[in-house]
Amino acid sequence: MPWDRNQMAERAGQELEDGFYVNLGIGIPTLVSNYIPDGMDVTLQSENGMLGMGPFPTEDTIDADVINAGKQTITELDRTSYFSSADSFGMIRGGHINLAILGAMEVAENGDLANWMIPGKLVKGMGGAMDLVAGVERVVVIMDHTSKHGDSKLLKECTLPLTGTAVVDRIITNLGVFDVVEGGLKLVELAPDVTEDQVREATEAALI
Amino acid sequence: MAKKVYDSAAAALEGVLSDGMSIAAGGFGLCGIPENLLEAIKQKGTKDLTFYSNNAGVDDFGIGILLQTKQVKKMVSSYVGENAEFMRQYLSGELELEFNPQGTLAERLRAGGAGIPGFYTKTGVGTVIAEGKEHKDFDGETYILERGIRADLAIVKAWKGDAQGNLIYRKTARNFNPLCATAGKVTIAEVEEIVPVGSLDPDLIHTPGIFVQRIIQGEHEKRIEQRTMKAA
Repeated sequence: MPWDRNQMAERAGQELEDGFYVNLGIGIPTLVSNYIPDGMDVTLQSENGMLGMGPFPTEDTIDADVINAGKQTITELDRTSYFSSADSFGMIRGGHINLAILGAMEVAENGDLANWMIPGKLVKGMGGAMDLVAGVERVVVIMDHTSKHGDSKLLKECTLPLTGTAVVDRIITNLGVFDVVEGGLKLVELAPDVTEDQVREATEAALI
Repeated sequence: MAKKVYDSAAAALEGVLSDGMSIAAGGFGLCGIPENLLEAIKQKGTKDLTFYSNNAGVDDFGIGILLQTKQVKKMVSSYVGENAEFMRQYLSGELELEFNPQGTLAERLRAGGAGIPGFYTKTGVGTVIAEGKEHKDFDGETYILERGIRADLAIVKAWKGDAQGNLIYRKTARNFNPLCATAGKVTIAEVEEIVPVGSLDPDLIHTPGIFVQRIIQGEHEKRIEQRTMKAA
């Protein structure tokens, strides 16, 4: 069985390490916060100006001045600090964040990432994604392996406008885990009962 | 010393608005936006505005209210996904749009306010953002030149302020506000509470009063965009 959204997020939880400062993108990456391994100390950064993001609030603790980058209400922790957007991107661009986990529309075999725009259709903006991929030490992407029509989203070259060039280190799809290496994508792990042949069938990028 | 405190948003905007001007506005989504000043700009009807603002509000709140009245000519933003009217005007060619990566927009405002006309960043290298910009290598990596921003007017929202213009923001409502405050040729702050001079801890002031020319106390709806609760 291929992984579902939560299982992909759970697998991405294994990418975390004790003491890491991590930025989670909007969508499936946000779910990774539910799968921080027990006993591991991880601090979540939100690029709108918060380090040490806590869980969603209750009716009693909701605060319009405490939101995450997805504009969702959240809570603070004992460790939390707040800062301006310039300081926030100083952390990001300056290489102080250990890991970013982001969504993607397409990834190329050299690590090019497209996740912000579909010309003529989806024109919302890149938000902080270009800064994150340019500045963060390690970039892990969570995405569906294929489109609704069954077309591979792991490509030889991206067809959509890029977010960054050669920036992705690891890809977690519903079919498995892949590393961007010299010459293409290296299969690291398969989802349960998914075969290598199935993955090859579903992948345009060079698999090595 | 010049009096900085004004009675209302309309009074604070007197003499500073003109058609075709540029305005840097603080806020992230609907969090920490200068909602009173935006409403007053709508009432004044100033046209052909260029806004430097991370987002464009929603249809009926934030900068969205100025899109409804067609007062905005151009937006410089990183993300505009929550505004249907924005999308309609953009796709029909009525509205100009310049996307800036969020960190680049923040740094452009910070740099402009600090007298730095340009800076190099690796954000956007190899993407459409880099097209037409100077490229330069430092220590084996490629960077692009981005320009600092000075706006004709900056409008910001803070939590507390005093008659000197000293400001303290609250939690994630800080966001772009301190950067915009430095980047305005004139900066107007709206605060939830104007407190007596001397009552703010000088060590905790986020924006020193030198950056703020006018200040008002406003009523704030503080609308929440995504009310997300813990599962019961």
